[in-house]
Formats: sequence, structure tokens, C-alpha cells
Amino acid sequence: MAVKVLIPTPLRQYAEKHDSVELEAKTVAEALEGLMSRYGDLRRHLYTDKGKIRSFVNIYLNDEDIRYLGKEQTPMNDKDVLSIVPSIAGGLAIQAGAHGTRCILRCICS
Amino acid sequence: MIHRHAEADYPAECCGILLGRADAASKDIVDVAPIANLRRDPARAQDVIPLEDPNRESERNRFLIDPKEQLRVEKDARARGLTVVGYYHSHPDHPARPSGYDRDHAWPWYSYVIVSVEAGRARDTQSWVLDDDRAAFQPENLEVAGQATNDEWRQNRASQAPNIF
Repeated sequence: MAVKVLIPTPLRQYAEKHDSVELEAKTVAEALEGLMSRYGDLRRHLYTDKGKIRSFVNIYLNDEDIRYLGKEQTPMNDKDVLSIVPSIAGGLAIQAGAHGTRCILRCICS
Repeated sequence: MIHRHAEADYPAECCGILLGRADAASKDIVDVAPIANLRRDPARAQDVIPLEDPNRESERNRFLIDPKEQLRVEKDARARGLTVVGYYHSHPDHPARPSGYDRDHAWPWYSYVIVSVEAGRARDTQSWVLDDDRAAFQPENLEVAGQATNDEWRQNRASQAPNIF
């Protein structure tokens, strides 16, 4: 079955800049394994050393979190879309960052 | 929009998604998507990222974006030819500098815009990027409409700030 995996921007640098990949997979596990076998550097960002999906990484099959489906054993159908969604969180407890400037964030809204 | 959101949600932290385009040297924000802080819904938030100390942590010092909302916004962005270039959140009565907690939960590449809110009024705005090795955040130049530096923008924001801020 041909399925699509969507890659979030911070991880595209490990996937030759691709924002999505199409591959053959019958389960979520097969899709992720196929992705990581194609782009080996992605593995350490998606999985812990113990082979579990990292806690700050969410995997959605179409619009559903796989944790509420069959987790990695969730079956996939032809044309299904798997999204890697990074958890975004933060909050107070101040700690200064280092100095220096790397790149420019420009706002061109009007 | 970001400042209004930060002031409206004070003394809680606000959060949202920055949409735009990116190349190797810079990112352009062309739209923002305010998101409800999922920490206002403790049961659901705890299911996404559990708090370490629920007695001391709440929406007043923690923010969390619902991954489902993020997926929705990212889909809409793709349909418009845009991408998620970063996120914003507020620091109520604290400086616009990332915390250790911010760093522990951040991803490289994204821009993290932080707005300090003092006594209900948005004050400073600074953007940060996490090092690839996650060691520290680096400040990022923030230009408005391709013209003003941070200092110039602060001085002139009443006349120059576009809707994004």
C-alpha cells in the first residue's frame, strides 16, 4: 500500500529536505521503519535508544493520534497519511541564553 | 496580534504558531495562528506532556500546544503554500528569555518568539533558535517589514508594527 509520511520542518534536514515521503507500508511501524531506513539520521530524533517513540513526538494517522488507535501496530490503508507532529511546550523559570546571532526572522505581514 | 493575545491571556501564558516561508538565511512570518493554551485543560494536557509538579505548574507558567490543533494549522498552512516557521508564547511578569524548561521542550530550527508581559502590558519581544545540539538558545534578529531592528521597532512600534504584533 502506498502511504505518505509528512515530515515537520525541524526534521527535514535529516531527510534530504523533503517535506513528505511516499512509501509502501501496511502498518504505522512499517511506515516509520521505511522512513528511517531511507533516512537513518531521523531515527535518533524519533526513537529513544530503547526503541520507543520519543515522548515529545506525536504520530497521527490521518487525523487520529496513534496512541488512541493501535499504536505502532495500527494498520494503514492505501493513500493514508502519517504525520509526525512535534510536541510544542514551554514555560517560565528563567535561564539566560548564550549571546550571538544566527539568522533573521522577518515579519512581512501587513 | 501576538501582543493582544499575550495581554488578553495574562496572567496565563499564551501561545501560537508562526506561519511563513524559510530559506537557509532567514524566515519570513506572513501569518500567525493563536492557539488556546492546552494547560488550561489540565486533564487533556497531562495526557500530552505530564507536568513534573502539578502543584506548582499551571497555565500561568506553562504552555502546551494541542498536537491536534498543530496538525490542523500545519495542514492549512501547506494548502496555502506556507510552513510552520516557529511558535510564540508569553512570559507573564518575566523577561522575554527562554527558560530551562523552554529549552528542554524546544526543537532546533524553529523560531521561538517570546513576549514578556508586565502587569498585563506586553513589553519586550525576542526571537530565539535552539542550537542543533540543544545546548542553548541563540537570539535571533527580528525585523518588522524588512526595515526596523529590534530597538528601532520597539521605539516605533506604535506606527510601524504590523498586525502580526
